[in-house]
Amino acid sequence: MIPLTWYLILSGVLFSIGAVGVLIRRNAIVIFMCIELMLNSVNLAFITFARQLNSMDGQIFVFFIMTVAAAEAAVGLAIIIAIYRNKATVNVDDINLMKW
Amino acid sequence: MLESLLFLIMGFITIACALCVVFQKNPIYSAIFLIQTMVSLAVLYVLLHAQFIAAIQVMVYAGAIMVLFIFVIMLLNLSKADEEGARDNLFFQKPSAIILGFILVVMIGAVTLKTVLQGTKGEYTPEIISQIGNTQLVGKMLFTKYVFPFEIASILLFAAIIGAIVLAKKRFNEDEKV
Repeated sequence: MIPLTWYLILSGVLFSIGAVGVLIRRNAIVIFMCIELMLNSVNLAFITFARQLNSMDGQIFVFFIMTVAAAEAAVGLAIIIAIYRNKATVNVDDINLMKW
Repeated sequence: MLESLLFLIMGFITIACALCVVFQKNPIYSAIFLIQTMVSLAVLYVLLHAQFIAAIQVMVYAGAIMVLFIFVIMLLNLSKADEEGARDNLFFQKPSAIILGFILVVMIGAVTLKTVLQGTKGEYTPEIISQIGNTQLVGKMLFTKYVFPFEIASILLFAAIIGAIVLAKKRFNEDEKV
């Protein structure tokens, strides 16, 4: 039996990798994928806590997170397509209309 | 023993693929590595006795959502001029982001190692879960305790479908070309 702390540390490492990806990448789609990575790491933490506490609630939460992630992916990618149609780029340095 | 070995292998694959997602230049390679990350996470879910979640992780995440991503990447047909590193507006961004990421890892690790997990234990031990069946338990919870959030989720998905159609269909600034 592996200590469940290892799973939590793996989850933390994955979350940090996702956060670093959001900070250093300039391609909007890759930034979006890094956000999915962070969501996945949170799912892992939820499942670990559910296992730790002998409870099913964590797994139900993961189910709902997946629902939200699916909705988010659909809307977000539609937004990226709309931006690409307008600006012909998905580089976030060029999409700075709302910056100021 | 076998379980620990599997955890180590899968954890290593997960982290390696997650790093590849971030550091690959080509978005399509990032997407492929993200799929591998999700599949190895599904293996970890099975190790944690969450078989149903592992199955929908593969089907919904690695299947549906990532197909959507790859579809959009191929649809956009990004040119070479769009490649990253063509110009660096903020040269200090990359190193400082990586340093901050390391700090985040250290902080999360320290908190995780220091904290003793407490809380009242529930009734669903792995033995009971395997006796009743993981999927049955998830279904039972969804339709009893979490029936209201379940209905909200259906409305959310419906709104997302409509939003995606409207956003992808509408041409902004059709008459006045900006």
